[in-house]
Amino acid sequence: MIFVTVGSQLGFDRMTAAVAQWARARGRTDLFFQTGATAADLRGFASEPLLGASEIARLYDEADLVVAHAGTGSIIECMLRGKPIIVLPRSAALHETRNDHQFATARCFAERAGVHVAWNESELAPLLDRAVDPRGGISGGAGIGPFADERLLAALRAFVAE
Amino acid sequence: MSTRRRRVLLVSSSGGHWTELRRLAPAFDACERVWCSVLPEMRAQVAPDAFHLVPDASRWNKLRLLWSALRVALVLLRVRPDVVVSTGAAPGFFAISLAWLVGARSVWVDSIANAEELSLSGQKATRVATLTLTQWPSLGEALPTDAAARRRGTVYFGGSVV
Repeated sequence: MIFVTVGSQLGFDRMTAAVAQWARARGRTDLFFQTGATAADLRGFASEPLLGASEIARLYDEADLVVAHAGTGSIIECMLRGKPIIVLPRSAALHETRNDHQFATARCFAERAGVHVAWNESELAPLLDRAVDPRGGISGGAGIGPFADERLLAALRAFVAE
Repeated sequence: MSTRRRRVLLVSSSGGHWTELRRLAPAFDACERVWCSVLPEMRAQVAPDAFHLVPDASRWNKLRLLWSALRVALVLLRVRPDVVVSTGAAPGFFAISLAWLVGARSVWVDSIANAEELSLSGQKATRVATLTLTQWPSLGEALPTDAAARRRGTVYFGGSVV
C-alpha cells in the first residue's frame, strides 16, 4: 500500500493529483490519500481530508511506501519505521506554504537513507516507478530511535538542572 | 535549587512540531512533565503525563492569536512550571514569551524544518527565551557547557531531534 499524505494543515493538490494520475496510468488502486482540502479527482481511491493520530499511525505502519509533502513530521514518522518516503517540497511561490522552508528541509534530509526528493511534480512519476520496482534502488533507511539525539537531550537536562 | 522535582511545561502546535517535541521527553524524565498542545487526541499520546489543550492559531488570524495567547497564559498560571520548552509554533511562542508571568526559565528548540534560517517565531523567541537552540550547526554557535558563558539572544546549536 502507498500512503499519500499532505500533513495536517493545508491541501497540496499539485502532489495529490500527480500521484493519482501516476496510479491511474499504472492501474494501481492500492493507495490511501490524506488530502486536506482538495479539488483533485480521487475516484477509485481511498481518501480522507484529515485523519486521527491512531489512523495515521496505522497507515504509516502498513504502508510499503509513503509520498508526502516535505514536512518533518512525515519524514520522521518514516525514519522511525525504516520506510522509504518520497517528498515533494511545498512552494511559497505557488502559495502552498508561507515560505520555502520545505525546500531546505528536503535538501537536508535528502542525505538521509530512505528519504527521496521529487523537486517538482514531474519528478514524482519516475521516482514512484523506481520505488515500486524491487530493482529501482529505492528503499527505507535503517530506522531511527524514538527520541532525540543524546547530545540534545543532555543539553536540555543540563538546562533544567541549572 | 529546591528539593522538589522541577516541573517542565512542553508546548507546541500539531504536526512536525508535536512530533519533534515528544522526542525530547526523556530529557525531562527526572522532572514532572506537563504537556500543552492543540488536539484532544494528543492527551493519550503523552499519558500518564498531564496534558492541557489550547487553541492553535496562525499569524493570519489576529483574533484567534489573541485567544490562543490568553489560553496559554491560563495554562502557565495553572501549571506554574519551572521551565517552559517549545518546538514551535504559535502556542509555543506564546508560552515562551509569557514564561515570565510565573518566573519560569524557557528554552526554544527551533524546528528541524528550518535548516537554512531560523523560523519567524524562532527569531522572535530568541529575544525572549532564556536559551534558544537550533538543530543545524550552521545556524548557531557552539553551546557552552557553562551557563554563565551563554548570552541571551544568541542562537546555539544543541543537537537534533533525529
